[in-house]
Amino acid sequence: MSLKGKDIISIRDLKKEEIELILKTAEKMEPYARGEKPYKLMEGKILGTLFFEPSTRTRLSFTAAMERLGGEVLGFTGVSITSMTKGENLTDTIRTIERYCDVIVMRHPMEGAARLAAEVSVKPIINGGDGANQHPTQTMLDLYTIKKLKRKIAGLNVALLGDLKYGRVMRSLTYALSMFDAKLTLVSPSGLEMSRDIIQEIRKKFKKTPFETNDIDAGLRRADVIYICRIQKERFEDKFEAEKMQKAFRITPEVLEGCKEDIAILHSLPKITEIDPRVDDMKCAKYFDQTFYGVPVRMALLGLVGGAI
Amino acid sequence: MKEELKVRRIKDGTVIDHIKGGVGRKVLNILGIGGNFPETTILLMNVPSKRIGRKDIVKIENKVLKKDEVDEIALIAPNATLNVIKDYKVVKKGRIELPDVVEGILKCPNPKCISNAGEPMTTKFKVEEKEPVRLRCKYCERIIDLKDVL
Repeated sequence: MSLKGKDIISIRDLKKEEIELILKTAEKMEPYARGEKPYKLMEGKILGTLFFEPSTRTRLSFTAAMERLGGEVLGFTGVSITSMTKGENLTDTIRTIERYCDVIVMRHPMEGAARLAAEVSVKPIINGGDGANQHPTQTMLDLYTIKKLKRKIAGLNVALLGDLKYGRVMRSLTYALSMFDAKLTLVSPSGLEMSRDIIQEIRKKFKKTPFETNDIDAGLRRADVIYICRIQKERFEDKFEAEKMQKAFRITPEVLEGCKEDIAILHSLPKITEIDPRVDDMKCAKYFDQTFYGVPVRMALLGLVGGAI
Repeated sequence: MKEELKVRRIKDGTVIDHIKGGVGRKVLNILGIGGNFPETTILLMNVPSKRIGRKDIVKIENKVLKKDEVDEIALIAPNATLNVIKDYKVVKKGRIELPDVVEGILKCPNPKCISNAGEPMTTKFKVEEKEPVRLRCKYCERIIDLKDVL
């Protein structure tokens, strides 16, 4: 199996075997990702990083990944310094920049922008987030983190907690964890439940029906992994209700008392108030390790789609 | 005596039969057939049908449908039949079926979809389910309700 030249746009485009290959390759990348050994796999190659909107972790970890592979990076953040301020469309921007590099990673506020870029570009496109739609490399690093921490994914009880309706990370993760045969519990405030489209899709494709609840205690009791995301105040008309929900769906040492001892807590970050700072020093807090795993996973992706592996 | 439709046959053109009762007018809208259309067009409404109860039939003189017209009709009248008529005879008969991908006909209702950003591109929708019709925008990946795009 080869991923040479493949665009990485949506988790829906990837077969299970392809994701397994990426995760397996990421494992081999770890010593290089830590800088323990030099690596020249992508020497002479250039990664274009096109960030039409801000990003910290995704852009920096892709940059770190390419540099750890011995390659170089060019790109921009924000459109103010590009020809898009003169009215150039995305299609022409991609057709221009693909001539300067070998692989492109892009983040864009419009949903489907990466798919369009992949249609016009000969060079492989990696989607670093397209509005509220997809962020496939985040999903892959989430899967990798769970596998690293628990040595397996199939059969694990994974609880997804927070705003499951609007979070692209949670939607993609629900899809991917179902593909990998995890047992899912979806815990959210009323009105922020996972979209019925996704529930129907995983039922049809993977024969999976997650357990859904609005009760945080019931939802987390059997969990091996908790993946939490932020509940944004803007989602509620009533700000008092929003604050109440933010407090009710918050991870604190007290909430964790009833949970399994070896539970792992993950978060795509940035976190604001949804995790009590006291949790950061507990052994179950794995979200900063999770951000590191973005580097070997993205190294694996760059090497594979760039045709170096 | 066999019951016959008291509507004249057409010499050359297209007959769309087995349209669900009440949908015939929408088929005419899709084809852009109104008062200024130059060819004879017949719309029969609420014709008794053993297969679908009540059906509409559209007969259009001197017009053969294009693929994108057939694809769009398929969205609102799946399982209708299409007959091409030449010199009063049916020379081609087939069922209108939804393609796997509907291209260039519909506009994505999601304002955040790149297909609404003025890029030089055509819209594409994957047909996820045919009965009832459920479409997924190839770009923003949203599941689209037919009523939002027609």
